Amino acid sequence: MEIPYGVKERPDTGLNNAKLGIWLFLASEVMLFGGLFSAYIFLRTGVDDWPMGSKYLDVKMATLNTLFLITSSVTMVMSWASLKLNDFKKFKLYAGSTLLLACGFLVIKYFEYSSKFSYSYYPSTDNFLGIYFTMTGLHVIHVIGGIAVIAFLLFPGAKMWETDPERFTSRIEVTGLYWHFVDLVWIFLFPVLYLL
Amino acid sequence: MLEVLRKLGLPSVSASTQGPSIDNIISMVHWLMLVLFVGWGIFFIYTLLRFRESKNPKADYGGIKNHYSSYAEAGVALIEIALLFGFAFPIWASRINDVPQGPDTVQIRVIGQQFAWNIHYPGDDGVFGKTDVNLVNEQDNPIGIDRSDDFAKDDIWTINQLHIPVNTPVNILLSTKDVIHNFKLPELRVSQDAISGMQIPVWFEATMTSEEFLEQSVGTGREGKGFQIACAQLCGLGHSKMVGYMTVHDDEGYSNWLEEQKEYLLEEDEDDWGDDEW
Amino acid sequence: MSDNHTKETFFTKYIWSIDHKVIGIQYGITALLWLLVGFGLMMVMRYQLAYPDTQIPFIGWIFGEDKLLLPEKYNSLGAMHGTIMIFLGVVPLAFGAFGNYLVPLQIGAIDMAFPRLNAASYWTYFLGSIIMVVGFFVPGGAANSGWTSYPPLADVATAGQTVWLLGMVMLITSSLLGSVNIMVTVIQLRAEGMTWFRLPIFVWTQFITAFLLLLAFPPLEAAGILQLMDRLAGTSFFLPTGLVVSGEVLTNAGGGSPLLWQHLFWFLAHPEVYVLILPAFGIISEIIANNTRKPLSGYKSLVYAMTFLGFMSFVVWAHHMYLTGMGTTMGAFFQTTTMIISIPSVVILTALLLSLWGGSIRFNTPMLFALAFLPMFGIGGLTGLPLGLAAADIHLHDTYYVIGHFHYVVAPGTLFALFAGVYFWFPKVTGKSLNESLGKLHFYFSFIFMNGVFMPMFIQGLAGVSRRLADGGQAYAHAADVIYLNEIMSWSAWLLGMAQLFFIANVVLTLFKARTGEINPWNATTIDWTETTSPPLGHGNFEKIPVVYRGPYEYSVPGSKIDFTPQTEKG
Ligand code: HEA
Ligand code: HEA
Ligand code: CUA
Ligand SMILES: [Cu+2]
Repeated sequence: MEIPYGVKERPDTGLNNAKLGIWLFLASEVMLFGGLFSAYIFLRTGVDDWPMGSKYLDVKMATLNTLFLITSSVTMVMSWASLKLNDFKKFKLYAGSTLLLACGFLVIKYFEYSSKFSYSYYPSTDNFLGIYFTMTGLHVIHVIGGIAVIAFLLFPGAKMWETDPERFTSRIEVTGLYWHFVDLVWIFLFPVLYLL
Repeated sequence: MLEVLRKLGLPSVSASTQGPSIDNIISMVHWLMLVLFVGWGIFFIYTLLRFRESKNPKADYGGIKNHYSSYAEAGVALIEIALLFGFAFPIWASRINDVPQGPDTVQIRVIGQQFAWNIHYPGDDGVFGKTDVNLVNEQDNPIGIDRSDDFAKDDIWTINQLHIPVNTPVNILLSTKDVIHNFKLPELRVSQDAISGMQIPVWFEATMTSEEFLEQSVGTGREGKGFQIACAQLCGLGHSKMVGYMTVHDDEGYSNWLEEQKEYLLEEDEDDWGDDEW
Repeated sequence: MSDNHTKETFFTKYIWSIDHKVIGIQYGITALLWLLVGFGLMMVMRYQLAYPDTQIPFIGWIFGEDKLLLPEKYNSLGAMHGTIMIFLGVVPLAFGAFGNYLVPLQIGAIDMAFPRLNAASYWTYFLGSIIMVVGFFVPGGAANSGWTSYPPLADVATAGQTVWLLGMVMLITSSLLGSVNIMVTVIQLRAEGMTWFRLPIFVWTQFITAFLLLLAFPPLEAAGILQLMDRLAGTSFFLPTGLVVSGEVLTNAGGGSPLLWQHLFWFLAHPEVYVLILPAFGIISEIIANNTRKPLSGYKSLVYAMTFLGFMSFVVWAHHMYLTGMGTTMGAFFQTTTMIISIPSVVILTALLLSLWGGSIRFNTPMLFALAFLPMFGIGGLTGLPLGLAAADIHLHDTYYVIGHFHYVVAPGTLFALFAGVYFWFPKVTGKSLNESLGKLHFYFSFIFMNGVFMPMFIQGLAGVSRRLADGGQAYAHAADVIYLNEIMSWSAWLLGMAQLFFIANVVLTLFKARTGEINPWNATTIDWTETTSPPLGHGNFEKIPVVYRGPYEYSVPGSKIDFTPQTEKG
């Protein structure tokens, strides 16, 4: 027996299991980052001299990174759309671009972090840097997780396209939802940490 | 109810102005609890007996049909509202807002640390001198009083000895050197966390001197032991031994005690002076 | 996920099984063992409380040559008792074991929505629980800052605290996986005809529990990460400027606040206490309906009250923090929400009580535990009321009154419900019924000694005796009049431990018995009893996917020949 609604939607809920699952998972992620954002506000309002993000951080690099992530979200959607249109080649192209952009994000983040360290800016320096490293670090872990999943689906996992294209498409869609969330978190992190 | 609660352990004295009102709300809630528990309990036992299988072999599909239970639930809600607005909010508001500031108020700083209570009096000028963590010396200066500050010259400090006058508003500025503690005076129904990095006022007015209290407790388990400051928040391995002592004097006794402390302070100064000369 | 046809090995059948029933059993056994461990720690602590600073008999050598339970070790055991009981014992048993085993069966699903995730969730829990106890073996011993881990104490505590945090992160991950799984299963895999209002109350409670876990745990994870940073990377999220610990000025940057932790922690931990009680409500409801042979009174009011309880539980957290210097606005808000949240509990209890009226009550072991639950939860819940009023909490905060309050809800409350559940569903899981006489002995002794342990706590609490005192209050004068109770409580606790031998013996002896294989020994109506193949159940649960035609508690339907009408019966 097969567990129902693995791929097909359940008529009365209009969702399949994986999609509902990822939405719920993302709800918990919202609470996780929500907790950290609240912590940020709590810490910031608790002291008189909270530094401006630009005192430590490089807005240019972060802007570039924002562009990277937004573009990668777009290519992610395109890759899913390509599957819907039965165009596996295009899928590879778009998913590959997503992967590259995500790696690009990490590279830039690496440069950002190491420049901080080279000025002896550590998490322990003050609470601004502390929360900066914690939040962006956690975000980076999410990016790495996304990269792992996309890479899996792009290479070894892609075989499923032959055997069960519908399920494969659904997997890409779900991965896409996760990836948009990672993108969204960054879109909050960027102004909060760098600009305000 | 209050008498019952006292039999059950509630300290039989309530030696501050706010104590009776706290006792009062405690005993009112316990009335509510008792009525609910007994009411529902009687129904429970009666139902179990009446509808046991041997007595009532055939269950009734419909069950109970009236709405008394909804009225009871609404009643509970109403009583809770009354408790909140009539008692809980006002008591809390007075505790937070009515911090005494008048000239007769005694201001004292209490600084918790692992595992003792440091008490800091402003001295004659009524102003607390500067303190600085870098001057902290566990032996001679546990709260880091900066004696070079003019206001600090006459400041008095003690360890684990809190002395206050009776029938006088006392405002304690509570803080801690290290982790969180809780400043608790069970007989006065006073309790307040000392939170690291914060200074929180907690005020009360004792209505009974230590002497009177000691007389009252003759024959109980705590005979011969006066008021104590308890620590009611886990603060490390010495938490259970973190006992401070509070003495409530009559006015005369309090000023005598202050005089005594001033003399000690002078002696201390002279000691230092003498050291320098030699 | 159709692994039915691949050949099963010992490994895939018992260890890395993806069958929800096996995973449920794995959860159950592990959690019961942890309960026993958690209780074991407490029995040692109770010795120290009754006879402070005397050598611990029998096992004293564990604590070193002097055989004394020194304060730092007492604190370790205390923190670990709380942690183990809640996170390794009750939640995995109530949610992991009962939820996993029963939810798919009761809604007519062949498995959970994500079987592999389910296995992953169990093993993450298992690993997390091992990490937790590894803490005992690091220098300085296990975490010793209470299960609440308040900084700055926890920030400067020994290495065990780091281990605790890592273990917590694992346990949180496990709970998240589990809760997503349960929610998707309930939403997506209900059998045909199983509408929301035909769900057994048990399924509702699991669903709401999953919702609470899903949304409440992440903030604690955030807090845990921040505390790990404080401990490992030298940040000062929870450390204000200018602390002097043991005579040394802390060199951290400062600027943080210990209250931040308390807010994040209680934002989890208040919903968490409803996580402990909701599945218990569910189990109790099933057993009461079954053993009164009549429908529950007010099914819908139960569902609404529980849902409301779930939502409200997110807005009462700071009632644990009245004495942190809370102002009047916040105080009024949290007192009001706390009083509001007590109403649905009253509604639930009342509905369950009224359900007894008109019944034909059978007093078997599960029912005895279920019935005892009602007044016991009543005591626990009612003593929450004075704590919820800030003015009364001034005197009662962090005293044994609080300890008494919550143990009445979790021990003779939730634990009794869990016992009831074990007795009730044991025949489903194993095909063998537990012995009634041993069961009743277990019940009566547990009932007496539970009250023997926890009732005196209210007396000590009223006297103002603080919790977490390694000597039980010896040093304090205000404890002098009530300190003799420590001995009574400790003896009750040890006898309570003895009473559990009836249970353990019962389980062990029954497992050796031959299967009776009765499918529906309690004449129940829900799918888990009526539609399954004979126990123990195989993969796939059902021969034919059931279709549901009616509500869950159709007992003694007028005009019906037998006194129960299964959910799957047409008409
Ligand atoms: C399952 C767990 C559980 C449950 C259900 C509850 C339920 C409640 N709790 Fe409790 N609580 C804890 C677990 C729980 N609590 C724990 C673990 C702590 C301590 C944590 C720590 O500090 O370590 C705590 C601490 C705690 C505090 C903090 C105390 C302090 O630290 O000073 C407060 C304060 O408001 C509180 C309030 C309440 C209230 C108002 C309810 C209400 O929801 C209760 C509502 C119920 C009723 C009102 C009962 C209805 C009954 C009847 C109508 C009678 C029935 C009678 C018969 C059948 C005879 N609780
Ligand atoms: C779910 C939660 C839970 C449960 C069930 C319990 C159960 C018990 N607790 Fe617990 N306790 C806490 C949660 C819990 N506790 C918490 C959170 C704290 C605060 C910690 C802190 O300060 O940080 C605390 C603190 C605490 C204290 C206060 C310590 C102090 O402040 O210094 C005491 C004191 O007596 C105590 C006693 C007991 C006792 C006697 C039981 C008994 O009821 C135990 C009964 C147990 C059983 C009956 C076990 C049954 C299991 C079996 C029989 C298994 C059989 C196995 C197989 C068949 C395989 N507890
Ligand atoms: Cu200081 Cu406990
Ligand atoms: Cu709570």
